[in-house]
Amino acid sequence: MAMSSDEEYGSDQMMSDDELDADSLGELAGNLDSDYDNDADDDQFLENMRDDKPQKPAYEVDYTTLSDAELRNKQKEQVEDVRHILGQPVEQTAILLRYFKWQKERLIDKYMDDPDKVLEDAGLGAEWNDDPKLEKVRGFSCDICCDDDAEMNTYSMRCGHRYCADCYKQYLENKIMSEGESGRIQCPTDGCSRIVDSKTVRLLASPKVLARYGELLNRTYVDDKPNLRWCPAPECEFAVDCAVRQTELHKIIPTVVCNCGLRFCFGCGHNDHQPCPCALMKKWLKKCEDDSETANWISAHTKECPKCVSTIEKNGGCNHMTCRKCKHEFCWVCMGPWSEHGTNWYNCNRFEEKSGEEARGQQAKSRASLERYLHYYNRYANHDHSAKLDKDLYVKTEKKMTSLQSSSGMSWIEVQYLEAASTALQQCRQTLKWTYAFAFYLQRNNDTYIFEDNQRDLEMAVEQLSELFEKPADQLAASRKEMVDKTAYVGHRRRILLEDTANGLRDERWQFTTDIR
Amino acid sequence: MSTFAAKRLQKEMAKIHQGLAPGIFFVNSPNLQHWQMDIQVLDSNPLYAGKTFRLNFRFSNNYPIEAPEVTFIRAPDREIPMHPHIYSNGIICLDLLSSGNGWSPVQSVESVCMSIQSMLTGNTKNERPEGDEAFVLREGRSVRDIRFVYDDPTV
Ligand SMILES: [Zn+2]
Ligand SMILES: [Zn+2]
Ligand SMILES: [Zn+2]
Ligand SMILES: [Zn+2]
Repeated sequence: MAMSSDEEYGSDQMMSDDELDADSLGELAGNLDSDYDNDADDDQFLENMRDDKPQKPAYEVDYTTLSDAELRNKQKEQVEDVRHILGQPVEQTAILLRYFKWQKERLIDKYMDDPDKVLEDAGLGAEWNDDPKLEKVRGFSCDICCDDDAEMNTYSMRCGHRYCADCYKQYLENKIMSEGESGRIQCPTDGCSRIVDSKTVRLLASPKVLARYGELLNRTYVDDKPNLRWCPAPECEFAVDCAVRQTELHKIIPTVVCNCGLRFCFGCGHNDHQPCPCALMKKWLKKCEDDSETANWISAHTKECPKCVSTIEKNGGCNHMTCRKCKHEFCWVCMGPWSEHGTNWYNCNRFEEKSGEEARGQQAKSRASLERYLHYYNRYANHDHSAKLDKDLYVKTEKKMTSLQSSSGMSWIEVQYLEAASTALQQCRQTLKWTYAFAFYLQRNNDTYIFEDNQRDLEMAVEQLSELFEKPADQLAASRKEMVDKTAYVGHRRRILLEDTANGLRDERWQFTTDIR
Repeated sequence: MSTFAAKRLQKEMAKIHQGLAPGIFFVNSPNLQHWQMDIQVLDSNPLYAGKTFRLNFRFSNNYPIEAPEVTFIRAPDREIPMHPHIYSNGIICLDLLSSGNGWSPVQSVESVCMSIQSMLTGNTKNERPEGDEAFVLREGRSVRDIRFVYDDPTV
């Protein structure tokens, strides 16, 4: 089947296989420049790129990844910095810095003003140097367990709220082990805001609880600093340092990649959702959750062939379906004949707004708005699902390739293009998925046509690459060059789309139907 | 049930038998970790005057370090009170009842009842929380799994 982009995209590019990991695909963009001269918006894009060549893409942000050891070192450095100014020992300085959420200028200012008050507020008052101890108190009754045994040990901080040692211990254990608290544990008394200090924890907690307390205390450093965020991957110990602030999230989507490989948004912690801004992403997910009942029928992964009505299950990520029985070719998304898609792909990514007339009347209106939502949801869900299918297919293909390797004499390096193609597909589908949430809230104007063209071009490139994956393994070797070319091309299309949407956000050129601040 | 929680609950029970604050009544306890209480609003608030409401308490092994699970339940002559922070399935959105938030181990069954009583007394809105229907539809979740956002400082 002939696609219009086949003409645009010359396949005479050659690159060595080992260049084709996800990162180095970025560098290929430069080599491909000359091939896109007849595409108007590409020209525009390249023009912008030429103006200031060394500049990084608008959709990328600067960041660094920090390990646990690096985080501890950073804290140590800051404690060292400040302790000389305050003339306080290391432990006390660390407590003061934590109390001031690591805002050292504020700490120093306040300390210079009134050191006694600062020390008292942070729990380092005059009695800090006395070791806290347990006491037996005659006639005491504990308000937690209601015990009044005269022989039992009791404890209170300087606020004077006294409980038996066992209850205090249980209280701390629950706060630290179950609730994950450390630096902000308050006195057990309702309404008393006295913070439980580390000496109290050391006196009362078991070694296991104490160790966890230390760990959590170290972790609060990241929670307290607005430029730091934990990688959200389960068990991942890395944090990311990035200067983008919460107040800027309507203008930029700060996507970062952790050392563990997870690509996520520094602004909200969600998996990569470019080009959809954080606020829209959240609204979209909420909407999908609220409307999941109505949208459910879409997620059924079987459909009937529009021609012969035999049931077809989608088994690959590609939207080009061929009915096994009657050989009818159609598009999985819109169920229209595939033949119409070569030149008229529009039908598949652009929702034609219903005419004003039809929308009159409350019922027609709500039906039109549901239809509109389903249009975008359908495409969003489809890319989500296809990404999984593409991945499954890759895993199967990889196994076949291993056998192909031995029979055809291709080296391990030579089959790496498959992995590069799979990675690119996953990434592009992730981007495409979020273009539909973006489009759902996008207000129509002249700029949106460029966006929709970019979306369509990327979608078309992705489906072509995805289709190559569905070939039987013995034919894969023959289409290696095509796959390498198309892998580079989808990356290129993705960058064009992201660059355009990121520039639009930065310049506040996009108008949305909802507030994104 | 842990001896720790059991001991505390036995003490509370003994105190209850000596008397409770006005408008608060002990109904029954099928076992130690499960109590039912009735409450009435003392003033003439037209939303609740003359009505009695039933509260269901469930205690974990870690009570009173952990908050109890407290919900309103229906019974003959016992409705779920109308309140912008009480869902129609009886779930109460109150930070006091959340271990991570406002709970203090010094609280007791009686003090919880008193807090809920005053939450009703102060209310003038004859309405359910926003999204009540959708929330109640999602049945089968434990109250502990639900994370409320305490965005209203007036309750
Ligand atoms: Zn005690
Ligand atoms: Zn206290
Ligand atoms: Zn990570
Ligand atoms: Zn985000």
